[in-house]
Amino acid sequence: MTVLLKEAPFAPYTEVQNFAHSAFTSAGAFGATATFVGTMRDYNEGDAVRSMTLEHYPGMTERHLEGICGEARRRWTLLEALVVHRVGEVRPGEPIVLVAVWSAHRAEAFEACRFIMEDLKSKAPFWKKETLAEGTRWVTQNTSGVATPK
Amino acid sequence: MQVTIKLFASLAESVGWREKVCTLSAGATVAEGWALATGEAALPPKVLCAVNLNYCALATVLNEADELAFFPPVTGG
Repeated sequence: MTVLLKEAPFAPYTEVQNFAHSAFTSAGAFGATATFVGTMRDYNEGDAVRSMTLEHYPGMTERHLEGICGEARRRWTLLEALVVHRVGEVRPGEPIVLVAVWSAHRAEAFEACRFIMEDLKSKAPFWKKETLAEGTRWVTQNTSGVATPK
Repeated sequence: MQVTIKLFASLAESVGWREKVCTLSAGATVAEGWALATGEAALPPKVLCAVNLNYCALATVLNEADELAFFPPVTGG
């Protein structure tokens, strides 16, 4: 279980490949990898967004993310988990967050990946401040993680 | 007892500071820490609090050298 906060842009799929390569002794050690990548949009609430600053609470943020991964490991039989999250200034198109979970079978990987992402969204101490064409504004709440079927 | 109080994000901007060390009476709660640090300012709705990096309640009792934090709802991910 690894948690990383990064101040510079990162390549999520390279992170996944490199982590799996270092964490497992053989490529056949796992049967499922579930990944979620959250990327910065260039719009929000009808406005163009030029960039975003991600503030966090050093110490508490890492501790909380590690706690979420530990809880996922208690709930499901997992082999590994990786969480990478940006801090500082982020530009549209750049990844903000990566959650990757490895398990023997797909059910555990899917469910744990979702759980970690949703818990991160609702509890991990990060705050987004958007830079618009005119001025800045804080994002006051996250959107729901439940999709409405068509 | 001395307690370090930290504010984050929009709350830090609206209150006007990010960190200060306050002297509180023994047995003081998180809510009393907020009141003393901000000069009895009203606590904004939905504000979250943490002691020593763990979420806590406003009624949580503080101890010497605790780190107390207040912040708005989180918006990461």
